[in-house]
Amino acid sequence: MKEIVVISGKGGTGKTSLTASFAVLGGEDLVVADCDVDAADMHLLLEPDFALSEEFYSGELAVIDQELCTGCGDCAAVCRYDAIPVVDGRYVVDEIGCEGCGYCARICPTEAITNIEQNVGHWYRSKLRTGATMIHARLKIGADNSGKLVAKVKNEAKIVAERDGKGLILVDGSPGVGCPVVSSLSGASLVVLVTEPTVSGLHDLRRVHELVKMFGIPSGCIINKSDLNRDVLADLRRFLDEEGIVLLAEIPYDEKFTEAITSGRTIVEHDADLAGLVRDCWRKITKLVEDD
Amino acid sequence: MKIAIASGKGGTGKTTLSTNLAVFMAQTEPVVLVDLDVEEPNSGLFVRGDAVHDEPKYKMIPVWQEDTCRLCGNCQEVCNFNAVMMLGPSIMVFPELCHGCYACSELCPTSSLPMEPKKMGDLRHIRTGNLDFIESRLLISEEQAVPLIKQTIAYVDDRFSADTLKIFDSPPGTSCPVIEVTKGVDLVVLVTEPTPFGLHDLKLAVETIRQLGKQFVVVLNRYGIGDDQVEKYCEAEGIQLLARIPNSRRIAEIYAAGGLLYRDVPEVGVVVEEIAEFIRSRREVGRS
Amino acid sequence: MKLIFTTQGTDWESPMDPRFGRTRFFFVYDDESEETQTYDNTAIENEAHGAGPRTAQKLAEFGAQVLITGNGPGGNAAAVLKATGAEVYVGAGEMTVREAYEAYRSGSLKKFQGV
Repeated sequence: MKEIVVISGKGGTGKTSLTASFAVLGGEDLVVADCDVDAADMHLLLEPDFALSEEFYSGELAVIDQELCTGCGDCAAVCRYDAIPVVDGRYVVDEIGCEGCGYCARICPTEAITNIEQNVGHWYRSKLRTGATMIHARLKIGADNSGKLVAKVKNEAKIVAERDGKGLILVDGSPGVGCPVVSSLSGASLVVLVTEPTVSGLHDLRRVHELVKMFGIPSGCIINKSDLNRDVLADLRRFLDEEGIVLLAEIPYDEKFTEAITSGRTIVEHDADLAGLVRDCWRKITKLVEDD
Repeated sequence: MKIAIASGKGGTGKTTLSTNLAVFMAQTEPVVLVDLDVEEPNSGLFVRGDAVHDEPKYKMIPVWQEDTCRLCGNCQEVCNFNAVMMLGPSIMVFPELCHGCYACSELCPTSSLPMEPKKMGDLRHIRTGNLDFIESRLLISEEQAVPLIKQTIAYVDDRFSADTLKIFDSPPGTSCPVIEVTKGVDLVVLVTEPTPFGLHDLKLAVETIRQLGKQFVVVLNRYGIGDDQVEKYCEAEGIQLLARIPNSRRIAEIYAAGGLLYRDVPEVGVVVEEIAEFIRSRREVGRS
Repeated sequence: MKLIFTTQGTDWESPMDPRFGRTRFFFVYDDESEETQTYDNTAIENEAHGAGPRTAQKLAEFGAQVLITGNGPGGNAAAVLKATGAEVYVGAGEMTVREAYEAYRSGSLKKFQGV
């Protein structure tokens, strides 16, 4: 089974729009995993039916039993996150501030504090309008994406792929360079980096590529809005060459992308010329993954 | 006065707005621009100035003292984050996983895990005219943005009076780092774009900011593309849509080259002035 | 010598698991006694972060000298593996356990550079 992970260091490069386009092109042959949980937007283009929904637990939350609490304040004294304020004369855990370290529970002299598993959101298994299955998730306010959630989403995608005999998983990866990205990349057969020829884009691309290098996963790059700046484009091409990253496509800046999204469609369903470009790109990607 | 420029989604134009707003307002008063998107700080690409101060930033992590340790394994037991592990005759600490709760250190029966500083990032402070620009950058191996964001805000609070205008360029999204940035500000400016993605993520951001009980307004960037759903949503929710920055390829090109817009693009200049006026009027209200 | 494979199943024909930290199973093979053992690692799913080092710690408990896997361990897990002295071979992510063993024996797997 092959896994294609699409990432971009910075937001707004068109990663999600392009990944959704690939999902449409791949049709029923693939399983989609939306690991960009903090900004899960793929569903706006692919119309998932949210058929199966499961609660997701991650980390712990301290809870003070007011019947047992004597108000000694030891818990607040050891809390490094100022997460046990006094409210109406009682010590109460601030749910948003609590990191779930468990320290307060360990030292409470009357054992008034317990750690409970925190429900931080839900993950879903949906059928898309393309006929494919997508695994995605939604987190509650203030909850953070984590390696665990990304792994869960990818794992569920794998289970479906195995069950339905699909050989390809398409992953919309997490942004940034932290734990969720590491989890997004782990197990990937090919990484597709989406960037733009802006000073910010190149800068963030370098950062995220360091991670990809560490994992030794082959990578390709799509330069979106490619005609915005000739100088930065040249710098980008040079960087890709130096690092041995395959240039998958250069897609010019075009208002049609936004038009497509606004009407709830991917670019390959909206404009023939751009569709051709994206289709060629996808062909290159699938070929690279097969050759491996 | 503190203002956070935030957005539910990446790439909506937060940095464009914060840098242009800061440089514009610094023409007439002292302004502090703080880039708190510590994983990928970008606004420094648009601002040049003279170095004022650079300092490494540290977080406290436990460091194993071999000679006093009797390998009881309590540290591994009390760590909820898999950051401390007993492996054979030694204790291993994983700094990136450590949340700095101090439990292993303070509960160690032989005091063999004292907390010591470890570098997690760098703070850079430059100045040009009336504008002080502070940027913090996480080391690539670091996963947690919140400790560095906290310390950067503390640096700014120490050096500048409460009255000085401070603009916080926030990370995108609605999770812990964003909450850390916005929890201490007087006003949040949410930047979005008039597309289904922009609307969807704006709603998430609004939910978060409302839960924090913060005052906020919306700025619509790349106005002219997409549809009118964001405008309709703001109207229906009674949310003030403060300004609309027009969409133009020219704006995208200047941004791509790392240039500032308010000078070269009149439409942007007008909007930046509007927003600056609003901030000044809010400040007067705050003072009286 | 004890070899450990990261796998998705419990026998020689099972596919390898390309991941290390969150691998479904360990397949342990002692090439002197020719005995095999498996370890179910699925409980690791509950770890929000730091799965890699925990799994590496488990490997140490088995006393394995060689680890054969797909992409390789992340930074923290690699540090633990280094401390145990295990040799790590990568590139077997798409094979069956048997194929991975043959590839290791014929020297066609890459040695992981981080350890």
